[in-house]
Amino acid sequence: MISQRGANVSSRTGIAFMTPAGLLIGLFVVFPFFWIIAVSFTNRSLLGVNALHPQFVGLKNYLDLFDPATFWSQGGFGPSLWLTIQFVVFSALLGQVLLGLVLAWISRELSPRAKSLLQGIVMLAWILPDVVVGFAWFAYLDRDAGTLNQLLHGLNFPAADFLIEHPFLTICLFNAWRGAAFSMMLFDAALQSIPPSYLETADVAGASSWQKFRDIVLPLIRGHIVTDLILITMWTFNVFTPFLLTAGGPSFETDILPIYTYRIAFKSFEFGNGAAIGVIVMLINLAFSLFYLRLAQRGLRAKGKGT
Amino acid sequence: MASIQLDKIGKSYGAIDTIREIDLAIGDGEFVCLLGPSGCGKTTTLRMIAGLEQPTRGGIRIGGRDVTHAQPKDRNIGMVFQDYALYPHMTIADNIAYPLKVRGVAADARRAQAREVADVLHIADLLDRLPAQISGGQQQRTSLARALVHPADAFLFDEPLSNLDARMRVEARAFLYHLQRSRGMTAVYVTHDQAEAMALSTRIAVMCAGDIVQYAPPLEIYRRPATTFVAGFVGDPPMNLIAAQATRTQAGIALRAGGLEMAPIASWPALDLALERGDRITVGVRPEHLRIAAGDGNRLRGKLFANEAMGPESLVTLCLDDGVRITARVFGDAPVRIDGDAVFAFDAARVTLFDAQGNRIDGQN
Repeated sequence: MISQRGANVSSRTGIAFMTPAGLLIGLFVVFPFFWIIAVSFTNRSLLGVNALHPQFVGLKNYLDLFDPATFWSQGGFGPSLWLTIQFVVFSALLGQVLLGLVLAWISRELSPRAKSLLQGIVMLAWILPDVVVGFAWFAYLDRDAGTLNQLLHGLNFPAADFLIEHPFLTICLFNAWRGAAFSMMLFDAALQSIPPSYLETADVAGASSWQKFRDIVLPLIRGHIVTDLILITMWTFNVFTPFLLTAGGPSFETDILPIYTYRIAFKSFEFGNGAAIGVIVMLINLAFSLFYLRLAQRGLRAKGKGT
Repeated sequence: MASIQLDKIGKSYGAIDTIREIDLAIGDGEFVCLLGPSGCGKTTTLRMIAGLEQPTRGGIRIGGRDVTHAQPKDRNIGMVFQDYALYPHMTIADNIAYPLKVRGVAADARRAQAREVADVLHIADLLDRLPAQISGGQQQRTSLARALVHPADAFLFDEPLSNLDARMRVEARAFLYHLQRSRGMTAVYVTHDQAEAMALSTRIAVMCAGDIVQYAPPLEIYRRPATTFVAGFVGDPPMNLIAAQATRTQAGIALRAGGLEMAPIASWPALDLALERGDRITVGVRPEHLRIAAGDGNRLRGKLFANEAMGPESLVTLCLDDGVRITARVFGDAPVRIDGDAVFAFDAARVTLFDAQGNRIDGQN
């Protein structure tokens, strides 16, 4: 009886402490989430009659997006979706996750000083503000006075305007560079959670670096990898920073979904359409996350065989 | 199997010498314990033999081959770690067979060899389980099996029993003894538990602050400890040490300390030599050489501090005048009846003397 009352008191206190954060999350996360879904079924816009009195239009916004007549048109939803998937695969999965893992694995063998130097440099790319980073890359890539072209010139390579000639490659590299720090830090922590004796046993047994990685490290950090994949995929699906470099151009070559959404919602002021895209991106992210989690569970089941 | 030689090896981290200069010859088929308190450098020494640490100076040979700078995998050793280091995602069979896997042995042959070793270690029925599903003692034996599955020149143990509870530890100790003796394994074994070292070793290397203080067979270490450090570390309870003042008298050398009554002893050359270096002499007596009785001559007088009946024996501790505690080990089923002031008696022949520097004075017994 007393303990029950005690529990009530402590849960009441707990609720009181959680209320401010709960209100903020509700206001800025939960409410917009449902609001976006609601808006995606209307023809709400910023200007005109529909701004004040949006009408329920059912699935029209979704059907418009997938309308076969316009789906693959230049600057349309189809090319943007396909571009974004490539962007995620190259700059997030191969770029950030793999690069982060490799960096963490390499830094393990470095001296403490070299390791913190490497981490510091990689972290710098991550913690700098977007606008600073955008400007730095502009300066770095500039056709005439950019650092990269100066370096290439010194090596007798022809100069190039990377943002015009290789815009997609550039934003992929940019995003990989920008985000690898998070994966590196996460994997570094994961690697440190492996007892040294595990790897030393393998050393004595004669395992190569690759064998140790494949047989011991990879299975032990599987959960960390899945977490990292989920986060990095979501972040890359929603990243807007490449806009600072290319603004989606030239001629829609870097028109990834966040930029496409921005164009529809805030340039054409079609909130309803924009919201529908947002919902679809959300569903894609959900699908990716479920896929990763299933991968992890399959791994766990294989692990737990014979239980 | 092979012999191991450490030739003047040392290890420094910056300006700090963790290992000063160690010479150690371990014969083929020997079981050598590196015994000492934590921080004495015993694990570092073992890890240098394994190749997990590089010595700052000196050389290491295994089977006559210089392996000072060889990779761990090129030393052909088996090693067991304190935490067993079993891979949680692999079955017991896969764990045992892992050294074979990295050497490219085919899966069938691996499985067969793992089963063979598991049979010897009585874990054959656990092969399909995961490490988390077996007991601590079984985990320990799995880790042992993994070290044994590939024929190695030497086996290195880093406190392999210290994670087991007391009962399992004694059982695993006897098991290890039997295994090593029956296979003629060359083994180097790190422990801070003197009982383990006594039970298992053919020779013990007692280490203190980066040096080997004494390297001898267990009974020699027990009976003739080289220094007060060894005397106070080996034995449970360890040797009683009483700091005394030595003076020459007509009747011989008189040793005086609070609570100590000892007849003057006839001197001998080593004692004379020791007295020239200083008159602070430490008197050492093993607990089992003290009797509760008013014997003649040699006595220790003090107040009862503790009286612990252990079953086959009682541990009776006195507090001498100057606060030094002396423990006697009294064998017998009946509990010792004693209170207030008490007296222990001992034979002078059972006494070990140490000089002012703490080194054993040789020659008397």
